Amino acid sequence: MSRKSFRQAVNEALAQEMRRDPRVILMGEDVSGGSGSPGEQDAWGGPLGVTKGLYKEFGPTRVLDTPITESAFIGAAAGAAASGLRPVAELMFVDFMGVCFDQIFNQAAKFRYMFGGKAVTPLTIRTMYGAGFRAAAQHSQCLYPVFTHIPGLKCVIPSSPYEAKGLLIQAIRDDDPVIFFEHKVLYDMEEEVPDEPYTIPFGEANLVREGEDVTIVAIGRMVQMAKAAAEALAKEGVDCTIIDPRTTSPLDMDTILESVEETGRLVVVDEASPRCNMATDISAQVADQAFGALKAPIKMVSPPHVPVPFAAGLEDLYIPNADKVAAAVRTVMGAPDRREAAE
Amino acid sequence: MTGTIHPITMPKWGLAMTEGMLAAWTAAEGARIEPGTEIVDIETSKITNALESTVAGTLRRRVAEEGQTLPVGALLGVVVEGEVEEAELDRFIAAFQAEAAAAAESAAPPPEPKVVQAGGRPVRTLVTGEGDGTPVVLIHGFGGDLNNWLFTQPALTGRPVHAIDLPGHGGSGKDVGAGDIAALSGAVLAYLDAAGIAKAHLVGHSMGGAVALSLALDAPDRVASATLIAPAGLGAEINSGYIDGFIGAQKRKDLKPHLESLFADPELVTRDLVEDVLKFKRLDGVEAALKTISGAFFPGGRQAVSLRDRIGGAKVPVQVIWGTADAILPAAHADGLPGSIPVHRFDGKGHMVHMEAAAEVNRLLSSFVGNG
Repeated sequence: MSRKSFRQAVNEALAQEMRRDPRVILMGEDVSGGSGSPGEQDAWGGPLGVTKGLYKEFGPTRVLDTPITESAFIGAAAGAAASGLRPVAELMFVDFMGVCFDQIFNQAAKFRYMFGGKAVTPLTIRTMYGAGFRAAAQHSQCLYPVFTHIPGLKCVIPSSPYEAKGLLIQAIRDDDPVIFFEHKVLYDMEEEVPDEPYTIPFGEANLVREGEDVTIVAIGRMVQMAKAAAEALAKEGVDCTIIDPRTTSPLDMDTILESVEETGRLVVVDEASPRCNMATDISAQVADQAFGALKAPIKMVSPPHVPVPFAAGLEDLYIPNADKVAAAVRTVMGAPDRREAAE
Repeated sequence: MTGTIHPITMPKWGLAMTEGMLAAWTAAEGARIEPGTEIVDIETSKITNALESTVAGTLRRRVAEEGQTLPVGALLGVVVEGEVEEAELDRFIAAFQAEAAAAAESAAPPPEPKVVQAGGRPVRTLVTGEGDGTPVVLIHGFGGDLNNWLFTQPALTGRPVHAIDLPGHGGSGKDVGAGDIAALSGAVLAYLDAAGIAKAHLVGHSMGGAVALSLALDAPDRVASATLIAPAGLGAEINSGYIDGFIGAQKRKDLKPHLESLFADPELVTRDLVEDVLKFKRLDGVEAALKTISGAFFPGGRQAVSLRDRIGGAKVPVQVIWGTADAILPAAHADGLPGSIPVHRFDGKGHMVHMEAAAEVNRLLSSFVGNG
């Protein structure tokens, strides 16, 4: 056990699975160091260094740099998965999904069903998401609700280094296509991560914190915002439960419903655009299945329905933060929302 | 001044504890305090426990308030032996808090567990304490790890105290071989060799108690004494539902009721405790290791290891400690042992008696290992 960053946790998961299983390969743009580069000294391991060192250990037959052609290499990865390998393909930014989406949603997601259950597609697609990196509207989106919408895909959104390692190993060992979301702003977050390989099962939410007054469901980086809010609220005498679903497909609604039945209040924090995101989905399911338990209307904390702004000040204003989460909790607790009162 | 001022401070229970919450004062200002008197209840993210005084005197001041969260080492209150003026007490408190603030900035890092090679296998160990006394080695039970000794390890003084992870457990290697008592006892002996320990006081809990007893019987030259806490190996019965449930549970809500059965007071099982066990169970190789050990120790829901007939022949001192509300191994297994074996029972305490009655068990351990 030692302290590791999110980046190191992802790297270690990849390295350990590649050592364990020769069928595991990596492919993507710049995952080794750029096509035609003279050797590993040039291999910077992806734009943010997440795959650094893997080319040196596993060589060019298992760490494959691809052209900037997402439709080709994601399709190739789906085919490789269907024919016996366990590829981990890197879609550098999830914002590029449009280029290769047919390969994902109408091919990889459907193989098991179109071939009568006789085909498996053990494909993992790692992809960066999220705002706060000053990367503007085309490199900052949280598109996991789109993938969550497609039956046949599994959708994994780790919130910390410990979560990232265990969930990525689980993803690689899973026989279905898994989209694995890595928030750019979390790469430098550190915590204790076991040196040994381990797996965290899909569809089991993490109970981050237990409190009796309100249930906060938060996804990915938003778990950090919820924790900061809960600490501030604890000083006001409000005890929050925080649930991190870990995977949006499958989604552990049981844990969320059981908690709402105890607290009677729900706040959902989702960095994705507010229309048809995970906050709307989870809120609707709770309203549908546990309306009688609610003591107050559900509050959703999401960004406004606009492209992620490039201007730093506007981007900061766009992203849900601890203050916004705390304000939502105060609202469901019956306290006046100070921001609304000020308007 | 003619009296002595004793600061009562926030204890450090376990590796992860950096702060604790003063849940409740259980002694009033002005109350007479003896060693062993419960002064405050301390709550951490892992567990709640009563802090007992180690000194005698009068509780003159409650410095910290209920509900306050304070760092380890922070001043909670002051016990005075003899006569001390109020002004003197004020000066002491102010000076202590200034020193504590300075010390917190330059504090040495707490001891960390490390992994050593013993008999060709990685063994995780946490070593605390120093002194010339014979070392103590703490051996946890099935599914446990060195963190189970969080209340025990700091209380044993005057000697090095080694808490180890058995094969298949905690941060030790997950290869358990045959997973039987010979394999586990051999691993402990290999650790003694690797750590350069000629002779140790062994303290074993549950399955670790059977390991400690087998070493006391079969390697008496390496064992100074053996304390068996709710040990396996003294009867056939075991709560096999617990063993199977512990191995099988993959989810928090499935695991929690099993962990609750370890304690007489299920409130002691916190979110963090469940999470720590889940983190262990998720490691590659753990499920297979636990199944192998359980198959060797507890086949068909009965204990395969029987040392009861041999315990009277032990050549080293052996004591037995049991909670009467133990729901895993019946406390009745302590009945009818040879008269040479002291037996200490704790009414209403569960299988984790060394956690639920930590102060009393610690006193028994300290006096049993004595000064040797």
